[in-house]
Amino acid sequence: MSKSLLKVNNIEVVYNHVILALRGVTLDVEEGKVVSLLGANGSGKTTTLKACSNLLHAERGAITKGSIEYQDKDIANSDAYNLVKDGVVQVLEGRHCFSHLTVEENIMTGSFIRENSKEAKQDLERVYDHFERIRIRKKSLAGFTSGGEQQMIAMGRALMSRPKLILLDEPSMGLAPQLVEEIFAIVKALNKEGVSFLIAEQNAMVALKYADEGYLIENGRVILKGKAQELLDRPDVKEMYLGVGAEGQTSFRDIKYYHRRKPSFT
Amino acid sequence: MIYRETGNFVTNYFKDREIFPLKFDKVVVILGLLYLFLYVPTTSEYFLSAHVIPILAVGLATVGLNILTGLTGQLSLGTAGFMCVGAFGTYNLMLRVPDALMSLPFALLLSGIFAGLVGVIFGLPAIRIKGFYLLVSTLAAQYFVWWFFNSYAWFLNYESSGVVAIAPKFYDYWGLGNFLGVDMQGYPARYLLALVICIGLSYFAKNLLRSNTGRNFMSVRDRDIAASVMGISVPKAKLLAFFISCFYCGVAGGIYSFLYIGNVDLMIYEVDRSFTILFMLIIGGLGSISGSWLGAIFVYEFPIIFTWVGDFIFQGAFNTAVVENVSNMVYGVFIIALLIREPGGFAALWATTKQKLRMWPYPH
Amino acid sequence: MDWVYLIEVLVGGLMSGVMYSLVAIGFVLIYKSSGIFNFAQGTMLLFASLTFVKMTENGIDFWTSLFIAAGIMVIFGVVTERYVIRPLANQDLLALFMATVGLATFQEGFSQFIWDSDVHGLQMSKFLDIGLLDPAPIFMSDHVPWLDILIPKFDIFASLVAGSLIVVLAFFFQKTKTGLSLRAVSDDHMAAMAVGIPLQTVWAVVWAVTGIIALVAGLLWAERVSVSFTLIEAVMKALPVILIGGLTSIPGAIVGGLVIGVGEKLGEIYLADVFGGQGIELWFAYFMALMFLVFRPQGMFGEKLIERV
Repeated sequence: MSKSLLKVNNIEVVYNHVILALRGVTLDVEEGKVVSLLGANGSGKTTTLKACSNLLHAERGAITKGSIEYQDKDIANSDAYNLVKDGVVQVLEGRHCFSHLTVEENIMTGSFIRENSKEAKQDLERVYDHFERIRIRKKSLAGFTSGGEQQMIAMGRALMSRPKLILLDEPSMGLAPQLVEEIFAIVKALNKEGVSFLIAEQNAMVALKYADEGYLIENGRVILKGKAQELLDRPDVKEMYLGVGAEGQTSFRDIKYYHRRKPSFT
Repeated sequence: MIYRETGNFVTNYFKDREIFPLKFDKVVVILGLLYLFLYVPTTSEYFLSAHVIPILAVGLATVGLNILTGLTGQLSLGTAGFMCVGAFGTYNLMLRVPDALMSLPFALLLSGIFAGLVGVIFGLPAIRIKGFYLLVSTLAAQYFVWWFFNSYAWFLNYESSGVVAIAPKFYDYWGLGNFLGVDMQGYPARYLLALVICIGLSYFAKNLLRSNTGRNFMSVRDRDIAASVMGISVPKAKLLAFFISCFYCGVAGGIYSFLYIGNVDLMIYEVDRSFTILFMLIIGGLGSISGSWLGAIFVYEFPIIFTWVGDFIFQGAFNTAVVENVSNMVYGVFIIALLIREPGGFAALWATTKQKLRMWPYPH
Repeated sequence: MDWVYLIEVLVGGLMSGVMYSLVAIGFVLIYKSSGIFNFAQGTMLLFASLTFVKMTENGIDFWTSLFIAAGIMVIFGVVTERYVIRPLANQDLLALFMATVGLATFQEGFSQFIWDSDVHGLQMSKFLDIGLLDPAPIFMSDHVPWLDILIPKFDIFASLVAGSLIVVLAFFFQKTKTGLSLRAVSDDHMAAMAVGIPLQTVWAVVWAVTGIIALVAGLLWAERVSVSFTLIEAVMKALPVILIGGLTSIPGAIVGGLVIGVGEKLGEIYLADVFGGQGIELWFAYFMALMFLVFRPQGMFGEKLIERV
């Protein structure tokens, strides 16, 4: 049993003082694992990630209940900067590259917290090794690169802080299936180097394929959790998320049975 | 609970699109209109002349700025300049067009159209220039208009003092006053004219918000490229917004000079006034018509109430400079606090409160 | 054509352009580091110079006053960041602009409330023994016989100050790590926070530095014109300057200033008759900026607009 890195205990998040986005999310990322967070649009994946990286307040959101622990320390009151220093970094949904900076400058912004500039140079090489595609474009403005390249820039930028845990939000958004596979292969490679991942994804098939564990989230609640392979094998998950249901039409009454069971956490 | 949102059933689409779909709201609006039309004119001359009419004028300008800035997202600091066009336009129309052809309400609306056209000219750069860079165009409008009326004395009928009093005959309305036996230059009559114009134009603005044109404006504000991809002509939308907005400002300028102060004075249309109206807009809330009126009332009344408090409690301890400075400080703090707490201004504050009341006693 | 006269006009224009640039630098610094169009720059100038002048008038010596005024501006910058900018990070830029308008209003009231609304003069040569602050101008005819014009020494001093500020800031933004991260912040607040740039700290520093620049600019303006409410309006002239130069460009601030300064003087001489009226300098700068922007919407050196759907 490996050590738990990030522990989210039953958090509740409210936007703008009135909109309840999360109503109790509990999850656990163990060291060296890739954990996927699956769910439809608006189910609360991004909010969960932003709660973990303390970016909520910038969107007028706040955690009203529950706690988040990273390496057994409560991080509810630390800010994004200190979290990055401690090794948690988020790659935002929709890439958010600095469009007026060149690709290389973009990646270098990720090394702000590092004092040693020589190491940063080495890390830059390491990023280019992982993402060969952007090496050739390093002098062009990030605003003019393609979606896949921007995703790589965003991930490379996050890598520059030498994180222990990367919160990856929708890496497949707007990308060709081949590129999605490429991105996830890199995720796996980085994971081998010891980086843990919490990935929010809509493309459940790919996400579960590369993950160790998965959580299903709906309407701001975790409704199901389990090993990635177990989830892939479940008929209800297959039907609802993977689109490869049992033969013929299934009645909705039959397939939504997991809703009626209370999620049990150990 | 008297106020409830349930139990209102509509049976046709026309009813579904009403501005006030709730029965309770309808009753409130009708009572409010009765109050404004029947009771307010009978209050004191002082109340009408020092509070109500100026608020109607600046509030209308705020609604105009709201159409440009709140609805279409084009920042403007030229509001006072466009008001100035309205005021001078009204004056010259009344002065130079034979009396038989011109009457004050028509002059106000026509000069609004002048102001709208001036606005379109200064709005033209908006087709190329975006964001904060557009400030330069509206500031150019503000300063140019001011300089223009200051330099060409013809517009002031060669009045050397720079201020022209408005002749009583301008309030003649083709002899309507004599016919009805009412003093049309008196404040109640002035107030009613301003009120009718303001309610009419607010109604128009409210409907504009819900119309196709209004939605085009909002899409230009939110993402102009996406709007153009959707087939909306962005230049047309921007210029139309400039026209409508400046039309409102022009009419407001005419009301300010003719129905409130009673003279045409260049000094009241300096750039400071543009800022005051911008404050009204921010405090009231961008994109909300009723918010604009609330903002106008707040910003206009605050110094008055503050002076009154000073006189009453501190026996006149505050001179005008102190009142002005403290008012500025309060506006500043208020704007910042409001933006932090609720970027949507009074209007959004009201909406959040309503949402909370709906959920009450549950927090979410 | 009288060449000497033309040169005199050009020099005069350049010098007044430098004064605009001094204000513009502050604007650009904030814009470049946060994407915020800081409308309060003018009132910061007023507040800083008024604080300084009131202290010297009360008998405090030059360096102490300067030190205290700089300290107050730093505190002001940090407080602004903490209570105005930080809660609004990642909000709509229009909302942030409005907040600085609120800040300007507050400061306008505040500085005149605690000090006064009178017109104050400042003569730095009374305190500082620097040759360039000597009120006697340089007679160019002493050096170049045919060039019979005067150049106030103070204008040269102001140009040197502006020039060195620009060199330092341009170096800072292009070559240092913090400069790079500030440029990143102005592009996207959220992403900057996500990669671990401590927005709060860097913004507090930027606002403090802007406060000090406002003090420097305020003192130079005070020496050249005077300290009073009109300073805010004079500062409005800096708007076309930064827009011509490009909101994101530090060198643009100085080039824009010179263009406006010279253009305004030339316009006054050659165009005033055409328009049959005096005082075209009231709007001429805005029209120049407008003409310029129609052809180049991002200003002279501004960052290219990158627009993708």
